[in-house]
Amino acid sequence: SLPPVLRFPCAVHQLLDPGRFSHLGTQAPQCPVAHLDNQVPTERTRAISRTLENDPAKHGEQHVGQHYNISIQELKTVFPHGLPPRFVMQVKTFNEACLMVRKPALELLHYLKNTNFAHPAVRYVLYGEKGTGKTLSLCHIIHFCAKQDWLILHIPDAHLWVKNCRDLLQSTYNKQRFDQPLEASIWLKNFKTANERFLSQIKVQDKYVWNKRESTEKGSPLAEVVEQGIMRVRNATDAVGIVLKELKRQSSLGVFRLLVAVDGVNALWGRTTLKREDKSPITPEELALIYNLRKMVKNDWQGGAIVLTVSQTGSLFKPRKAYLPQELLGKEGFDTLDPFIPILVSNYNPKEFEGCIQYYLENNWLQHEKAHTEEGKKELLFLSNRNPGLLERLCAYL
Amino acid sequence: MAAPSVSCGAAVPYRLFLAGRVSFAREQGLWKAAASGLQTGTRCQILRLKHSPAVTTTKNVAALRRESYTVDFIKKQIEEFNIGKRHLANMMGEDPETFTQEDVDRAITYLFPSGLFEKRARPIMKHPEEIFPKQRAVQWGEDGRPFHFLFYTGKQSYYSLMHEAYGKVLHAEERQDQLRAKGLFSEKSKSKDLIGSRWLIKEELEEMLVEKLSDQDYAQFIRLLERLSALPCDAAEEEFVGRFRRTVTVQSKKHLIEPLQYDEQGMAFSTGQGKRKTANAEAVVYGHGSGKIEINGVDYLLYFPVTQDREQLMFPFHFLDRLGKHDVTCTVSGGGRSSQAGAIRLAMSRALCSFITEDEVEWMRQGPGFPGGSDGK
Repeated sequence: SLPPVLRFPCAVHQLLDPGRFSHLGTQAPQCPVAHLDNQVPTERTRAISRTLENDPAKHGEQHVGQHYNISIQELKTVFPHGLPPRFVMQVKTFNEACLMVRKPALELLHYLKNTNFAHPAVRYVLYGEKGTGKTLSLCHIIHFCAKQDWLILHIPDAHLWVKNCRDLLQSTYNKQRFDQPLEASIWLKNFKTANERFLSQIKVQDKYVWNKRESTEKGSPLAEVVEQGIMRVRNATDAVGIVLKELKRQSSLGVFRLLVAVDGVNALWGRTTLKREDKSPITPEELALIYNLRKMVKNDWQGGAIVLTVSQTGSLFKPRKAYLPQELLGKEGFDTLDPFIPILVSNYNPKEFEGCIQYYLENNWLQHEKAHTEEGKKELLFLSNRNPGLLERLCAYL
Repeated sequence: MAAPSVSCGAAVPYRLFLAGRVSFAREQGLWKAAASGLQTGTRCQILRLKHSPAVTTTKNVAALRRESYTVDFIKKQIEEFNIGKRHLANMMGEDPETFTQEDVDRAITYLFPSGLFEKRARPIMKHPEEIFPKQRAVQWGEDGRPFHFLFYTGKQSYYSLMHEAYGKVLHAEERQDQLRAKGLFSEKSKSKDLIGSRWLIKEELEEMLVEKLSDQDYAQFIRLLERLSALPCDAAEEEFVGRFRRTVTVQSKKHLIEPLQYDEQGMAFSTGQGKRKTANAEAVVYGHGSGKIEINGVDYLLYFPVTQDREQLMFPFHFLDRLGKHDVTCTVSGGGRSSQAGAIRLAMSRALCSFITEDEVEWMRQGPGFPGGSDGK
């Protein structure tokens, strides 16, 4: 939360006082606030900040800087996990989910639309400074693919899998590796919510024996494997491994198109903070989840695409200023991911900035009287330097 | 009586000191013999007991009670100091001939690093003139006859100074009359050498004359000097008056505003420096820009992740309503996060002074409560 304004010399009191907004979830822009004299007509601001085109497939250059709406139902199915927590709070407050259309996402969409599914999957890496919008661009892509009926394999934050895991079991499949039942089961639940319709269609091609009493026959739907993983938490990690293997195998057959989306892929090749009982550190390869995921992001399969982001925010043992893929992935990761298409996500350009401010104004999020004026906008511009994350934090009250 | 407090730099053999003290007294013979054998404090007590009947007869009671040093003693100290300075120069590998007092100070702080907070308690090595308080030399000769003709006034230096000054006044008036008689008299303004300097204060005069003065004496003296300086003087008299004036550092009331400089592309820019606590910053503000700020080669968003620091940077521009109009490149070192932000803010404001009118500079200095600049905020 922003520190109180009282700290600064009294001359600065005209500086931006963060807007106050009650979290009662008022319906978005219906009642213009009465006390404004120089109120901008709502249609014009809507034209700047919003677009009615809600299908990502039809987004183009003209929509850059405008927000499009995602309905709440779609949000629940497409994004059971994966939205950044602050965005989730904003969705809850405004009672609507609006994503801004931006250039890097458009570029990626263009590539995805023109993918040749006979070729091996292409890897795209979104990189950029902290707070520039990599995760939300990834969500934009995922929404597009979901609308196009792809199978979404979305790992919301790979960093969560390499740190702060309470229970590590020795893997049943391979004695050298470690299982993470909790993380795996959570992920399986969300995966099920996202891809319900596919799970019954895809059939496994091997027989898997869980323990003496339970096994999955060849040809049974994938949903069973997922169920098994959710119910028997001990086998969750193995279930995840099986899901990944099957999907990889079968997407090459052309039954469905697969999108592998990993946020914070630099976690796969970094260090972990997990230790064995004898306090010796564990390398990422020794975690079964990470091991299988690494196999997934290799481009030795066809019929889909791999979109990744590298982020410093959750990373371990990486300097704060690092944002280039080379720095964050390390040598090993970079060599594994090479060749990939890097896409830089940068701060807002002036048009996008304007659009964002208008969006907040429409939702009556900025309550300061100076916020509508040019000077107020200039102040915000200066303070945040058009960084989306910072702008959002500046405009927030709590 | 306790050992006298000497500065740490001067090593005074106690014996030498006592011998020096004793030479003031009149009844030399038996005392010299006694003193040369003396080393310890207890003996010193005996010395005092022997000394007391003689005290009432001698003149310089006050001087004997204080620590007093002979002229020979001071001379010896000066010799030792010079030799010591040469030794020190050799030790530091510098040239003894060109070893100044600043070099001496630096060498001493290097050789004897001290963590004491009180700067006057740290080791120093200065010229004995500065260390030993000025003492009056013996005022009378062997036969008891005083040297100075004004000795019996009690304040001989003061009265001799007054006598000298009055003599000069008479001389100058005489000359003035001569010039008037010849018709070459012209009114010359004297004000120029009086500006930027002040008369000595009473304490300084007392220190110079090594005599106690009263307020009336001091006032009389200053009146005489002013009278002298009002008359047309020649060089010798001006030099005489100059001895009693001290320069006053005039605080620059007006901040010198640099004119705008132009670089190769014709872009106007201006530099400013700023300090805050231990942070030093230098900022170059360009006339036309988009509000980008670069600090030590890094964008200001990355350099100051904390909003408070960026608000500090924003304030000069916001005050003058020039938020997105200038580009800034700056370098900063030292201090912490907050003081670096403050230093850069000061440097930017100073650089911005070149771009705005004088009124606005004054308005910026006084704050928003001051009328002026662009009103109506």
